[in-house]
Amino acid sequence: MRTLQGLRERGEEIRMVRMTGARALLETLRRQRVDAIFGIPGGAMIPVYDALYDMEIRHVLMRHEQCAAHAADGYARASGRVGVCMATSGPGATNLVTGIANAYMDSSPVVAFTGQVPKAYIGKDSFQETDIIGITTPITKCNFQVRSASEIPQTVKKAFYIASSGRPGPVLIDLPKDTQIESAEMDFDDDIELRGYRLNYEPHSLQVERAVGLLTQAERPVIVAGGGVIASNASSELVALAELLLAPVATTLMGKGCIPENHPLSLGLLGMHGTIASNTLVPEADVLLAVGVRFSDRTTGDVEGFCPEAQIIHIDIDPSEIGKNVKPHVPIVADAKRALRALYERLNQRLRSRERSLWLSRVQELKREHEEMMRSEGGLKPPSLLAELRKLLPEDAIVTTEVGQNQMWAALYLKAYKPRTFISSGGLGTMGFGFPAAIGAKVACPDVPVVDIAGDGSFLMTEQDLASSVTGGIPVIVVVLNNSMLGMVAQWQRLFYNRRYSQVDLRRTPDFVKLAEAFGAQGFRVGSLEEFLRAVKEAMKSEVTTVIDVPISPEEDVFPMVPPGGKIRDIIRGEGRG
Amino acid sequence: MGEEETYIVSALVENKPGVLRNISSMFSRRGFNIESISAGLSEQRDLTRITLTIRGDEGTLEQVVKQLDKLIDVIKVRILDPARTVARELALIKVMTPDAGARSDVINYTEIFKGHIVDVAHESLIVEITGDSDKINAFIELMSSFGIREIARTGITALPRGMKSVRIE
Ligand SMILES: Cc1ncc(C[n+]2csc(CCOP(=O)(O)OP(=O)(O)O)c2C)c(N)n1
Repeated sequence: MRTLQGLRERGEEIRMVRMTGARALLETLRRQRVDAIFGIPGGAMIPVYDALYDMEIRHVLMRHEQCAAHAADGYARASGRVGVCMATSGPGATNLVTGIANAYMDSSPVVAFTGQVPKAYIGKDSFQETDIIGITTPITKCNFQVRSASEIPQTVKKAFYIASSGRPGPVLIDLPKDTQIESAEMDFDDDIELRGYRLNYEPHSLQVERAVGLLTQAERPVIVAGGGVIASNASSELVALAELLLAPVATTLMGKGCIPENHPLSLGLLGMHGTIASNTLVPEADVLLAVGVRFSDRTTGDVEGFCPEAQIIHIDIDPSEIGKNVKPHVPIVADAKRALRALYERLNQRLRSRERSLWLSRVQELKREHEEMMRSEGGLKPPSLLAELRKLLPEDAIVTTEVGQNQMWAALYLKAYKPRTFISSGGLGTMGFGFPAAIGAKVACPDVPVVDIAGDGSFLMTEQDLASSVTGGIPVIVVVLNNSMLGMVAQWQRLFYNRRYSQVDLRRTPDFVKLAEAFGAQGFRVGSLEEFLRAVKEAMKSEVTTVIDVPISPEEDVFPMVPPGGKIRDIIRGEGRG
Repeated sequence: MGEEETYIVSALVENKPGVLRNISSMFSRRGFNIESISAGLSEQRDLTRITLTIRGDEGTLEQVVKQLDKLIDVIKVRILDPARTVARELALIKVMTPDAGARSDVINYTEIFKGHIVDVAHESLIVEITGDSDKINAFIELMSSFGIREIARTGITALPRGMKSVRIE
């Protein structure tokens, strides 16, 4: 019999082999070097799980499909490789939806597989049938429903290629149960053809010249760097260019980590909760070089006040991003790495002396205020707490966040030194993302500590996956900044709704220490900075997941802040800071 | 916001299930206002040609084209220059003709507009008429005095004049 195993043992070239669709799916994943799948089985996916029983691919059994998708997303962001998740039809598939939408908004390469009722049952409202293709059309880069087993290897290869090339994003493959069961001659080596999918990685030389022209003349250049820099692994090119130009770098939430935040030219976060330096200097720029950003409303605030005097150069691999929200003077449709390199090479020949001492001293002055805010003020204040946490973590530790104040505190005050070490739900703002994303990141990078900076509200949305982290042997650290509030909503109500606290009080439920222990994880409640740091050290040594409950004041606000719809330079600094 | 105009866009897309759904889903998600969309086979069996008319300013048009191009099943997209394009629509109009006078008037108008009578019943006629949208609108306006029972219009379909083409070589 021509079994795959047999052929492989004899070192034979395997071209066409007869096997089931389920087996072919896993064989294609193996060939794509997939080393982890996050998922939950169910009726319409049993054939795939049956085939998995004989395979050596690691499968992490999650406890909610939303977490499977977030874990795949976290895996992808931490490693730069495609993350894979799997769910059954109907409710399994719909539970993936939030996770897929999240990956789509943040351009994360995820491939999701869903079971589907057999083809003959489609359209008849069969048990656990749902139109997941229709549902996910607007939140995937593309999706496929397999019509016969023999299509599976090709379709999976297409999905991986599409998810990971160009501007990355999620792709979904829907697998009617009969296509998993039937056998066919499988061809794993056939090339894929995608005539409607064209990528442009190389920058246009004319646009590069125009950008070089602007940058050589610039007196107050600022770089705004986003997730595209990280996706294209262009951090070192970005830093080199910033140093050559002596241009400070503001980052979007997705771009955090693309320049080490202890670099003299790093300004930190830009936008609604941007640092004083970023939000002051971007509007003052005469030339703005935007790389791998999409000018989201959370970044620009009122577009009119964003960079009114600047000539804008916009580099992005997705042509539809150019001019979508902000019209650039020089558009460069290209891979960020290649475009930055091209700019560097041309500028290196042309730039002679740059008189920037005034501009740079302004940069340093504006940054000082931010550093002040991180000084210990005594008590458990998030800015100083996170600054102290940073000192305990190695440079390559990975930090994920939930959504709300916890996320903005982490973005502002927990410095990132390397790309792919800060993972947060930017576009969708999904509470409950950080914890399963931490699980995925830990699977991708088992040798570094992975810390989820959480709010009590967010953590409760996906906390059941403490079970998968404990039983799957995936120890992560959850720091719950516990204000007993839906804090960010409460902050808006405090600042803009006259302290009318509508439905934000979480009333100190649950007891996170007992919750952790109930799952077999480790729990600490800390009352001081010293206790907190001790708990973190314990957690970093622990072989199981640790939840650290940090009670903080329910009245704490995240500052700086720009009122929604305001101009980014109209910063509210917070009490006593003007 | 720039000046609003009507633009015609021609696109070649994969001829397979779900493609039109992907396109219309993208339009509704992005909030684009599409005036008409027509689709049918092209010169290549595996390709569908769709023709869109869009009202908006230049920025909107640019986004429509880029977002269409981004869809993986869309193979080629071009904006057609109105001055160098043949654009036609087909309409079927069922007109009430209760007496012989109305009937002969409708037949006369149809001839003037180079249309055809394609169905004759006791109290109604169906007129088939092709042309640009202005001509069809004018004809419908004329017919409304007789009483229109039903109208079916295909939406604009179009090709660039001469050798300039939107095709895959
Ligand atoms: C799934 C989801 N539901 C609702 C919201 C709206 N929302 C944004 S922040 C927030 C409060 C978050 O509370 P918590 O997790 O405790 O974090 P904190 O702001 O207190 O740090 C809410 C409800 C959201 N972003 N995501």
